[in-house]
Amino acid sequence: MIEKALSGSPKYWALIFFWLVFMGLGAFAFLGQYQDGLQVTGLSRDVPWGFYIAQLTFLVGIAASAVMVVLPYYLHDYKAFGKLAILGEFLAIPAVLMCMLFVLVDMGQTARIANMFIYITPNSVMFWDASVLMGYLGLNIVISQVTFGAERKGIAPPKWIRPIIILSIPWAVSIHTVTAFLYSGHAARPFWMSAILAPRFLASAFAAGPALLILLCLVVRKQTKYDPGMKALHKLSEIVAYAMAASVFFILLEIFTVFYSGIPEHIHHFQYMYMGIDGKAALAPWMWTSSVLAIVALVLLLVPRYRKSRMGLPIACVATIASLWIEKGMSLVVAGFVPNPLGQVIEYMPTGQELMISFGIYAFGGLVLTVLYKVAISVREGLQG
Amino acid sequence: MDESRRCFLKTAGASIVGMGVGASAVTALADALGDTPYLGAKTAKRWAMVIDTRSCAETKGCTKCMDACHRVHNVPTIEDPRHEVKWIWKEPFRHAFPSMFEGTHGYEDRVQPLDWLKDRDVMVLCNHCDNPPCVRVCPTQATWKREDGIVMMDMHRCIGCRFCVVGCPYGSRSFNWKDPFGKPGSEERKNAKLDPSFPTRTKGVVEKCNFCAERLAKGMMPACVETCAKEGPGSLTFGDLADSESEVAAILKQAYTIRRKAALGTSPHIFYVV
Amino acid sequence: MYNGGKIIAGIVIFIVLVTFPIWFSFSNESLGKKPEPKKPVGYEHCVEDTAYMKAFHMDLLNNWRDSVVRDGKGLYHSKAFKGETYPMSLSDTTVQSCMTCHSNKADFCDQCHNYVGVTPYCWDCHVEPKGNQ
Repeated sequence: MIEKALSGSPKYWALIFFWLVFMGLGAFAFLGQYQDGLQVTGLSRDVPWGFYIAQLTFLVGIAASAVMVVLPYYLHDYKAFGKLAILGEFLAIPAVLMCMLFVLVDMGQTARIANMFIYITPNSVMFWDASVLMGYLGLNIVISQVTFGAERKGIAPPKWIRPIIILSIPWAVSIHTVTAFLYSGHAARPFWMSAILAPRFLASAFAAGPALLILLCLVVRKQTKYDPGMKALHKLSEIVAYAMAASVFFILLEIFTVFYSGIPEHIHHFQYMYMGIDGKAALAPWMWTSSVLAIVALVLLLVPRYRKSRMGLPIACVATIASLWIEKGMSLVVAGFVPNPLGQVIEYMPTGQELMISFGIYAFGGLVLTVLYKVAISVREGLQG
Repeated sequence: MDESRRCFLKTAGASIVGMGVGASAVTALADALGDTPYLGAKTAKRWAMVIDTRSCAETKGCTKCMDACHRVHNVPTIEDPRHEVKWIWKEPFRHAFPSMFEGTHGYEDRVQPLDWLKDRDVMVLCNHCDNPPCVRVCPTQATWKREDGIVMMDMHRCIGCRFCVVGCPYGSRSFNWKDPFGKPGSEERKNAKLDPSFPTRTKGVVEKCNFCAERLAKGMMPACVETCAKEGPGSLTFGDLADSESEVAAILKQAYTIRRKAALGTSPHIFYVV
Repeated sequence: MYNGGKIIAGIVIFIVLVTFPIWFSFSNESLGKKPEPKKPVGYEHCVEDTAYMKAFHMDLLNNWRDSVVRDGKGLYHSKAFKGETYPMSLSDTTVQSCMTCHSNKADFCDQCHNYVGVTPYCWDCHVEPKGNQ
């Protein structure tokens, strides 16, 4: 099937070339980081995790969101998602691959990463995170290979794939829950140490992921002859609406708990994010933008007339993704470290090299996504006749 | 797939897994049997330290314990505070014990009567907790808790994920953001004054106070304790907390001591006499 | 041949890449220079006999590393020379470590390592003995 990706329009090749260029630049930047150490990033003794791990957090959510298509289609036989399922799975695969790459570039001793599997440590959440991510990648590859391969041959997929598909549903929930556990079990970091962190992660994932899928499908509809169907996209947008509402609600719950209880250790992190402390407020513009975008997104999503309109849906999706990317991919990780356990405020902003490496990884994901989508669309276009 | 091919693949797969497990078991048993500790090594059931912040603070500007520790462990001096590596250092009291000075509605202005305490410098280092969050999160057991209470670091195994740095509520751990003395084989490294009895670290691994485990193994006291006793006020007392006759137990019996962030349940074993 | 040009070009590139170790090492002047590790003066033997050390010094050091750092041990009991104990240390020249006797890394360790083209990462951290200068 992969041969479908080796032929395409000039636009297709231009896109592939674009990804390859940025992958090359990212690889070159990473080489510099590998030789000089992580000092080339904006990370510091007080902010040990930053942009890389934040991207991992955001992308795990995107990967998990495939379940929002798989669950209705395979478990509840919602036929309208028929044309969508493969695109959801083909979004999950590059998302998981990017997660793994972001972990790799963040390691101080990349070459020793196998130690995690040679010296298995069941009490470490990181071991479980790595394991479930690899399992999820395997599941998605097997499921998409088998179901799509069967579809291409014009036969029904084998019966044994169904329990594996059903398994991928709780597995998707688990990958993001385990990632939340990376944060929510730390007594040292009161900003994250909340039971609601995992539900927050899931809610924002199930909003941002399907929103991205909707946008991708709208692009596919425009650029190719393949149409996943507006009925499916509208149903998906309803899912985004509920998930976004839940996500915003959960943030408001956090704000209540923190400010009503008045515990300084908890308040300081929110204070830093929205107002800054002692004049240091690097995250504040981002946070307010994210909040405004969230409100815009919610209005557009919750009012059916706007959600179903031609311009309303894409704008709502972009606003959702942007708002949630800022929340998970810029602020959540960093704000957990500011102020530090000693009460000191040390800020963080990614450096240019860090961003170049990150964009290189995103370009790799874009390449995989483009190739997989090309395969799916070409095969389906061929079947349509 | 026909039965015989499937059967072959299953057997092959199981053999590979079996060989892998068997191989690691065999190498683990290798030459490690028969090694013994140094003669005269110091041992304890539970190492702990008591820091008398009163006598320590009286010596204004003293850095002898930090200098001794960083010298015998080849800890680099890095100017950029973002990339600092430190095993033991000074913090004002209000940073080491923030909850006493935190508050809203103007509390921080009203609490001036505590000024004598607020800015008193105290030594902070790894607390060698009973319930260390750093050990719990390390994915490779590069940091682990010894039977005698010391939370150790194996710099050979560390993958530099910094999960332990995230987990430590005291900020005791330092990551090597760069090669501490220049790239291996460089002029900078050749010219650096390094103590040959202890290695340096390389970029990409985490380090922290190890209660001078390598000195205890040779029968010596930790460098900071020894130096403060010989050249300073003797504010650092180190010993076996499980031994009711020890010096540390004696101090705890008659002075009011506090520990950092004790409510978190880490059970730190650095006690501060206030 | 269909696509003959592309195939031949591909084969040429493949041959160049796969023989890279051969033609690249001709640019390295130490190729072919037999290693001559200088034995330390004034010492009878190492912690084990020479044949064992040649074959297993890497294993030995790995085991010492885990034994000292992870198990808190300090003394190694020689198998070849019964009754003799040695501190398990690579570079601590205040005790009888490897580098105490083999004090010049360039004359000893590097001789074979350079010949076979390996760079063990011990020296990223462990302090090279002064005999090097």
